[in-house]
Amino acid sequence: MELINYNDEELFQPGHVACAGCVEALSMRVILNTVGRDAVATVSPSCGAVICGAYPFSATKIPVFHTTLESGAASASGIKRALLSQGKPDTTVLCLAGDGGTYDIGLQALSSAAERNEDILYICFDNEGYMNTGGQKSSSTPLAAVTGSTPAGKTTRKKNLIEILAAHRIPLIATASPSHLNDMAAKVEKAKALRGTKVIIVLIPCLPGWGVADNAAVKTARLAVESGVFPLFEVEDGVHYTLNTEQRTQSVNSYLAQQGRYRHLSAEQVEQIQADVDAEWQRLLWCAAGR
Amino acid sequence: MEAKNYPSNRLLLSGNHAVAWGVKLVCPDVAPVYPITPQTPILEKITEFQSQGELDMELLTPESEHSAMAACISASATGARVFTATSSQGLLLMHELLHYACGARAPIVMFNVNRTPASPWGFWPDQLDSLAQRDTGWIQLYSETPQESLDTVIQAYRIAEAVGLPTMISHDAFYVSHSMEPVEVPSQDLVREFLPRFEPRYRLDTELGQSFGAPIDQATWNRSRRDIAAAMALVADAVTAAGEAWGELTSRAYGPLEQYRMEEAEVVIVTMGSMSGTAREAVDAMRERGEAVGLLKVRLFRPLPAEALRQALAGVSCALVLDRNYSPGMGGILHQEIKSALFAMSGAPRLHGLLAGIGGVNVSAEKIQQLVDDCREVEPSVEAQWVE
Ligand SMILES: Cc1ncc(C[n+]2csc(CCOP(=O)(O)OP(=O)(O)O)c2C)c(N)n1
Ligand code: SF4
Ligand SMILES: [Mg+2]
Repeated sequence: MELINYNDEELFQPGHVACAGCVEALSMRVILNTVGRDAVATVSPSCGAVICGAYPFSATKIPVFHTTLESGAASASGIKRALLSQGKPDTTVLCLAGDGGTYDIGLQALSSAAERNEDILYICFDNEGYMNTGGQKSSSTPLAAVTGSTPAGKTTRKKNLIEILAAHRIPLIATASPSHLNDMAAKVEKAKALRGTKVIIVLIPCLPGWGVADNAAVKTARLAVESGVFPLFEVEDGVHYTLNTEQRTQSVNSYLAQQGRYRHLSAEQVEQIQADVDAEWQRLLWCAAGR
Repeated sequence: MEAKNYPSNRLLLSGNHAVAWGVKLVCPDVAPVYPITPQTPILEKITEFQSQGELDMELLTPESEHSAMAACISASATGARVFTATSSQGLLLMHELLHYACGARAPIVMFNVNRTPASPWGFWPDQLDSLAQRDTGWIQLYSETPQESLDTVIQAYRIAEAVGLPTMISHDAFYVSHSMEPVEVPSQDLVREFLPRFEPRYRLDTELGQSFGAPIDQATWNRSRRDIAAAMALVADAVTAAGEAWGELTSRAYGPLEQYRMEEAEVVIVTMGSMSGTAREAVDAMRERGEAVGLLKVRLFRPLPAEALRQALAGVSCALVLDRNYSPGMGGILHQEIKSALFAMSGAPRLHGLLAGIGGVNVSAEKIQQLVDDCREVEPSVEAQWVE
């Protein structure tokens, strides 16, 4: 058991309206408190926006601007530039968005901000689907997963956003998981100290969206990391890869078996997913070894 | 008129599922869609029909509504019959392409669920999203009930294809989209008779070699708008013809306007969408008390059936426009439109504009009766008034 080691300034308040047991709220708490008080956030429509609170309540102590779904990174850029114009270069500008708002409709704005190397910290809460609208697929939804718009299972793979972002050569791209909160806090800390566009993709096992038991989100996230489905790693300047967990200790099936969205899988499909994960793991090792 | 002998199926459906059933019966070739509350039940139901093999249709789920509409236009230009559905932010994000669809003369049918636009965020019934698209060149129809939504989706293809213009149908969030009622679902044979296959004259076709949308000079651009104007001039008749033909097959006829208990009416309530249902109740209650009150429901909003509106309101002493939308700076959009339709009409009714139910706040039948009573006393003003 690992002790969670971060400074809680209570910037994230109780009483938010995430589903009971949702690890996005937990991640938000760690991230906001690690970033600290000198921060402004913009949030696009997503579970994250719901978690931030509905008028007249707010779950956050930092100011939050609710933007539109396609505009997260552009909205964050505007806040950052305004703060610069006011002589406040050290205030962290956070962009909180879901995977739909990042991999899909918001990708154009994110790519443009990354190309300009805007000084923002972009957090993508990746629950692998459009959960706010009841659970349809996004381009982050993995192969074979059932969603409201892929009732027979998605026929294409999850988009590799990290490689797309790496091609922008931004200072930091990292993955994080609510099962590894110290690692998450360390990555936020590191990102905060860097200037330019930083993106952290946080895996959020979604209780209703993935068909995960109310008390199993952390466990599912841990299995995602330990099976190599969602490796914890960092990419600096688009080329320097560091793997934060160097061993895989679980089979992919142990991860898939936690989730209703994969209940229909045949043994061959599980094998195919395992083979995909193996190949990606090898590629990451190769990248981390400096090629 | 007696309906022809086609069996129909009575199902308990929400407004959105009624739309999905309409789509299933039409069986469009291509449907690019992007999810948004409260449209998602349409998307999920047509996806379910398609995945179960009951709806043979190319379904695309692009990254945004902007791309969904772009794909609608190009698929339509390739000769496909196209469907999409959206709401609020999604419709607003499509705005650029809505103009484009009209200019490209793409007879797309789109269903919009009327919802408040951000900021601030809300999910409530309000017609501003679609009314704000009034200058994009889309035919606009408003539906009051799940049955009307199903019937109108099917008729919309006939209208759009007859005149070569894209067509948008809207119903109110939740009041219609999520409320259930028994709906007559017509048979596939009936719909096949009503809606033959679409054979566009111009299309992207390797045999024909025609191209679309290249830059043109001023005079040709000007002519393209006149062509659109000529097509718009045909719409009211096309809506009437489609509504009557539908009535012959189903006993449910429709037109651009619906006049409810308008005989000898002194005061007429003019409105659109789900508010018409509440207004109907108010009219019944007032007629019961011997008051000469009627309802004029606007079903076709674009093109505005100005001549029919003038005829319907001739001899009426007072008309009350209820707008569930607010155009900052000039009040209710339907009010503005009716004012312009009645321009220079001799003996036009005293026209009151009321901003009622903006943001989805409830407007009861009792409230409407009170508004009717109040308007008899006061002089109308050029700007619409907020209803408390
Ligand atoms: C232009 C536009 N289209 C659609 C929507 C509806 N919408 C709101 S949240 C959402 C899902 C977003 O998914 P994601 O970004 O993954 O966040 P999640 O809800 O999964 O946390 C959608 C489609 C919208 N707000 N704006
Ligand atoms: S839908 Fe999923 S991601 Fe959203 S609050 Fe609920 S559990 Fe969390
Ligand atoms: Mg998501």
